Parts: sequence; C-alpha cells; structure tokens
Amino acid sequence: MTARLGAADPDRPAPQAPDATTPKDVAANPRLSTWVRVDGDGCVHVQGGKVELGQGILTALTQLAADELDLPVDRVRVHGATTAGGPDEGPTAGSMSVADSGAAVRAACAHLRRLLDTAAADGVPAAEVDLDVDIDVSLPARKPAEGGLTGISVPRVDLPDKVRGRARFIQDLVLPGQLWGQVVRPPSPAARLASLDTAGVEALPGVVAVVHDGSFLGVVCADERRADVAAESLLAAAAWEENATLPDRADLTTYLRDGPVTTFDVDVSGEPDDVAPQVRKLAATYTRPFLAHASMSPSCGLARWSDDGTAVHVWSHSQNVFGLRRAVAAALGVAPDTVQVEHAEGAGAYGHNGADDAAFDAVLLARAVPGRPVHVRWRRADELSWSPFGSAMAVDIGVCLSSEGRMVCWESDVWSQGHTSRPGYAGSPGLLAGAHVEGGAPLPDPVDPPPERGAGSTRNAIPGYRVPVRRIRGHRRQDAALRTSSLRTLGAYGNVFAIESMVDEAADCAGADPLDFRLAHLDDDRARAVLQAVADHVGWAGRPREGDVGWGLGYARYKAKGAYCAVVAEVEAVSDIRVRRLTLAVDVGRVVNPDGVRSQIEGGAVQSTSWTLKEQVTFDRTRITSVDWETYPILRFSETPEVEVLLLDRPELPSVGSGEAAQGPTAGAIANAVAAAVGVRVRDLPITPERVVAAMEA
Amino acid sequence: MTDSPAATVSLTVNGSATTVTGDPGTPLLHVLRNELGMSGPRYGCGVGLCGACFVLLDGAAAPACDTPLWSVEGRTVVTVEGLAEGEDLHPLQQAFLDEQAAQCAFCVSGVLVSAAALLAEKPTPSEGEVVEALDRNLCRCGVQRRMVRAVLRAAEQ
Repeated sequence: MTARLGAADPDRPAPQAPDATTPKDVAANPRLSTWVRVDGDGCVHVQGGKVELGQGILTALTQLAADELDLPVDRVRVHGATTAGGPDEGPTAGSMSVADSGAAVRAACAHLRRLLDTAAADGVPAAEVDLDVDIDVSLPARKPAEGGLTGISVPRVDLPDKVRGRARFIQDLVLPGQLWGQVVRPPSPAARLASLDTAGVEALPGVVAVVHDGSFLGVVCADERRADVAAESLLAAAAWEENATLPDRADLTTYLRDGPVTTFDVDVSGEPDDVAPQVRKLAATYTRPFLAHASMSPSCGLARWSDDGTAVHVWSHSQNVFGLRRAVAAALGVAPDTVQVEHAEGAGAYGHNGADDAAFDAVLLARAVPGRPVHVRWRRADELSWSPFGSAMAVDIGVCLSSEGRMVCWESDVWSQGHTSRPGYAGSPGLLAGAHVEGGAPLPDPVDPPPERGAGSTRNAIPGYRVPVRRIRGHRRQDAALRTSSLRTLGAYGNVFAIESMVDEAADCAGADPLDFRLAHLDDDRARAVLQAVADHVGWAGRPREGDVGWGLGYARYKAKGAYCAVVAEVEAVSDIRVRRLTLAVDVGRVVNPDGVRSQIEGGAVQSTSWTLKEQVTFDRTRITSVDWETYPILRFSETPEVEVLLLDRPELPSVGSGEAAQGPTAGAIANAVAAAVGVRVRDLPITPERVVAAMEA
Repeated sequence: MTDSPAATVSLTVNGSATTVTGDPGTPLLHVLRNELGMSGPRYGCGVGLCGACFVLLDGAAAPACDTPLWSVEGRTVVTVEGLAEGEDLHPLQQAFLDEQAAQCAFCVSGVLVSAAALLAEKPTPSEGEVVEALDRNLCRCGVQRRMVRAVLRAAEQ
C-alpha cells in the first residue's frame, strides 16, 4: 500500500474553461447526458455532482432545474453524486455548490428545455430525445425577472422522509447478504500494534472474519451486535506500543510557533514610510483550539467486492466521490475504474470528517469476504478522536492608529497547521486505515488550498477594512502532531475572531463607537449595508452600557469574495457566559431559496456559538481525551441563543454560498459582547467562565 | 463481554405485539433497526448521551442504544415511525415541516420523541418547558430554536 498519487493536485481534473461563459463544471463534464435524463415517469432526473450534507443543496438544485425547465418542483429529481456516469464536480465544500453546480445545472437544463420544446413540436416523446450531445452554453438561462421559483422558499425535498424516520441515510442501507464490520482503532495517534492473539475472537459465535494488517484491526460478523461484542474482544486481545507525540495542550501557541514552519506573504502593501505620525500602537495574540466536527452520527461506510475480487463498489457519505475513488484506488494500487463510489446521505458534515476513512475501512474488511457487502459504523469515540480536526491557530495582530483615530497599518502573523488533507489532496491517499496497514503510506501532513481557492490557514486573514499599510503573513507548521483538515470556514473562523476582536480594541483605543469605527474604514457599499442594517434593526445606538449584559459587533465578507455578514451578539455574563440573542444581516447576492439561506445562517451562527463558548479537543501527551459528549460538550437547547436573520437580497448579483458566512463574524461579535459585559477581554477561545475570571484577575 | 444464552422477549412496538429472540444484552436500538426493520431510531453515541436513538418506553423518552433487550419484556415501545398514523403526520412532524426545523435531520427522530413525550404529559407547555424537555437531545447543525418553535406550534393545534 505505497502507491502515491501524482504530484499535481488530483482533487480535480483541472479543466480549462473554453471561455468565460462556460460554467467550469460544464467545461469539465460537457456531455448533456452526464447531467440530465428524462424517464418514462414524467420526471426530469438531474444527476448532480454535489452532495446533500444537510445544507439543502438537493432542494436548491431542484429549484434551479425546475425553474429552467418550467416544471413543477415535484417533476424534477436531483440525485446524489456517483462515479458511475455522474459529473465530477470535485468536493462539496467551500460554499461553492450553488455557484458551481447551480450554474452547470442551469446550463444543462436550459439546453434540455430547448430539446424538449423541439421534440414536443415534432411529436417526439421526451424520453426518446438524444441527450448524448455537448451542452450548448450559448442558450440563455432564465433571468430572475422572468418569474419562476428563484427567490421562493421551496421546502426541503428530503425532510418529509426524515421527519417520518424513513430510511434515507447511509446508516439505513441494508444490502442483500450484508455483514457487519467493526474496526478496532489504536488507542492513540502514534500507537502501533505490539502483539495480538486472535484465536479467542475467531472462536466467537457469528464472527465471519478477523482482519489484521499491520496496526489495522477489524472484524466482520453476521450481525451488528456480534460485531460490537467481537470488537470488544479484539480490543482486549491487542497490546499496543504508544508514543507521547502530542503537544502541550496548555501551550499550543508555542507548539505552533516552534516547529518547522512554511512562512508565506499574504498581503504586503503600502509603504510604512507613508504612515503619518502614529499616536498609538496595539498588539495582541488571539488563539483558537483544535475543534472536532462532532457530527451527530459516527462515520459509516459500505463496500462490496466482486466475487473474483477485481472490483469494489463503495457507498459513502464522502463530500467527494471521485476524490474518494482515486484515493481508494491509489491506496490499493489498482486502477480507478475498478472502484465505484456512490454517495449516500449521512448526518451533517461540516468538512472533511471520517466519511472517507469509514468507506475505506469497509473496503478493507469487505476484501476478506468477496461478494458480500460489509457495513461499517464507527463508534462515537472513534468519530471524536480519529476524524480530522480543525486546526488550532494563533494570530498575532499589531495595529497603528493615526492621531485622527484611523487604523493606518496592520501587521499580522497567522500560525497554524494546514487546513486540508482531503483524500488525495496532499499527494498521498490520505485514508486513515491506509496509514495503519503494514507498509502503508503515512497520513499526509495537512496543507492549505491555494489563495485562488480561498486559502486555508490565512483564509480571511486580510481585514476587509481600509488600512493603507499591510503586512500579513502565514506560518504553516509543516508537520502535524494532530491530524487536521477542512472544518467549516477553515482558518476564517479564527482569523475573523482575531480581526474583529482587534478592531474593537482599536476602536476602544481611538475612543470610537465600534460601529462608527468600522464604517469609517469601509468603502464597500455592500459591507456598509449589512452593518448598518443589523445596527438599525437592533437599535445599536441605544444598547445597554451597564449591568451584566453586553452587546458586540462582528463583520466579515467570507473569503473576501463571498457572502457579507454582520452580527450583533447580546451576551449576559453572570456566573456563566450566555449568548441570549444573535442578529445577523447577510448579503449572498441573488437569493435562490430565502428560507434555505436563513437556515444556513442560523445554523452557522449557532454552531459558531458552540465553538466559541464550549469547544476544544483535549489530549494528554499521548492520547486524545475528548472522546464522548461529556468530554467534548457542544451547545445544548438550553444554551442556544435566539437568532434573527435579515436578508439583503441582491437579485442582480450572482449567488454565493451561505453555509460559512456567519461563523467568523459571530465569534467576533460574541467576544466583543463579552468584553462589553465584563470589561475585560478574553483573547483565547473558547471563552469560558474560567477564562473570564482569569482575565479579570490578570 | 461474552455471548449469553439467547433470551426471548415479548414487547409491543408501535402498537404491534412482537416477540424477539436474541442475546439479552443486545441494545433495543439494534433490535428495532436490524430485527424489526425500523430506521427512525438512530445510533449517535451508544451511551444515551445524545438522544438520536430516543424512543417512547412506556410513554417516557428513553435511549434505545442504552436499553438492553432483556429489560423490555412486557413493555411498550413507540418509535418516531409510530407517531404518524399511516399517511397522516403527527402534529409535531407537520410542525417540523412547517417550520423547516431540520438541517441534516439525523437528530430529528429523537427530538420528535422527546417532544411527543412532553406534549402527552403537558399539551400546552411553556417555551421554557419545551427547552427543558429537549435538553437531553443534541443537534449539531444549530436548528434548536426552530425546533422549539415547531413544538410550540404543534402544541397550539
């Protein structure tokens, strides 16, 4: 298992768009039949390349397709991604689904509509129309002014099944002849199997196979209960050699700074000499810890090898079925076309979680039983300790204020591990079990997406404010003590928290109101509009200035080219830190589905509240110790703030994603509200009562 | 953990009398999903800390993942599938659709079960009572407030 992928980024086929009007996913997948088919059931079936993660993409694409086709929503079916004939649209990530897939589906459906119109005029049945043609992108897509469904809150197409508890998730898949697998993971990231006696496990009733390859251990059993029992038994039969490879959790900043780092400039502009005499300089360091995806379901995967063991069919809740196919093929040293990957819905995914790993676990276990499907469901502790984490970060920021109270220089250094190690991305398969098998390739050190894809550690490291002199650098640790990869917003959550905290500190230093101070440094009308809208709505000018309640403001434009979002947080700090209310104003360009956008913004804001107040991956020098909901607590119903979303619709502007707009600004707003409530600033996440007390005593 | 002699247990699931034979330590969750063909109760943590597997056990919301088969002899189990009456959704299910109170919806089965237990006991709860009743359930997508609104909406009907 040493096969490596090519040095070039294999995550995408790297298509060249022939011209600016061709959606890039059409350029990569030009055949109309890849995208749509018309069946005898009277429905148009759209084969997308993006996947449902709970964000409602199936509904948004259904809506766009129905719009182009002039069909009611219930006559359009959008199917999940598959490598078997579907388009390769890369990962479902980075808030790009509506922009990328939406444009492609619109183009495909505009072409299909013309073909269907012609067929109807000629009396040709719709199902007989030849779709094996290249998509003609010159056909005009419908404009929003033409009416249709754009801007309508079409209800989620998948929810009726889900409120009934119907089988819809990968966990519910039961294939004929299915067996149940369980993997026994090492007790710590650097542990290696020292000894194992499988005789006792093999003798247990219902055990079909015990798989042992290097430090990869698993069982295949007749049913789920027996798999659980056999896995416990296998665990007891294994002895491990562990190594203390983890950093000192109490001083992650030193860990991030002291290792081998790759340093790179993000923005070096303006001449320091041009800065007028400065009256004040501020400097501070802001940090965030490692965060877990903590999805409600542990990862799951199914696989079935052909009887002769030459091909494998995989079912996964992966965000990238083609990427997973290439990674599995590379890890096994086989041709990619012997691996088929079909998407099945999982619980909410917020980035690169354990989905791909669980799929590969199933591939390895199912190899022991050719012809039989094997269903692998991780346990909670595995999910919380083996899914990749979002990286810890430390952000140093220095600001100079002019005598007029304006920010005239901004210097920052972002310290972080890399924010992506998606399968195949960093040059090796990047599948967990691939690193555990004998002779397997170690997991790749995480890297960052390039700036044109929004960067990683330094995503949103450049403040959106007008500051003439900027020196912004990233420092990415080359090695990674903890496995990290894409978690919703990548570095933007930490960077925006840091920037928005510092902007409030600078405003305070300048004796300015946080809103006025921000507006004075913003030229972009859309940025000003979201800030003004949220401030007007909550009555910012009349906010309470005394007592245990504080209000705070946060703002960012995601990836500097995505959604604009401004937040006001209302926090009460007595014995606990309680976020009572969040109000957000958002501009995502043209709104395809207003309630879908609201839902994504609300969810992003609440998840950010959870990260900001409660969450951190814990570990000693050897083992991850946050392994269940007690050691990795997340926000509960009783702690969830009321959330109100103001949508600033821009029908004339392109749609951008909404799933990652709110997290950074919400963290900034909460931090600023806490500072307003208690009079001291906490610069380290999560903002816990202990940290507030420590800041007060400092 | 070893395999114990099989036990035969009689219980009522969604109104139907059922007999199950199996390892007495088998979690009720596995029995419901793998033996009785249900998919609504979901595995989230295996130790009763997240609520994804909640079912009504003699009317009270309880974690099926942490309830062994031997302990349900003679008891009544209602899963989320048992809330609807055929095609007619339970008012809670309809209210969750009306409020679009879900994102990934993996937690929704258990949340609906907790809410059903509350409304059975207290048909017109206060907002605080709804929050308290749902506090044993976790939601990672951040839909908590919509869910609370949905329960209050269902209670009005």
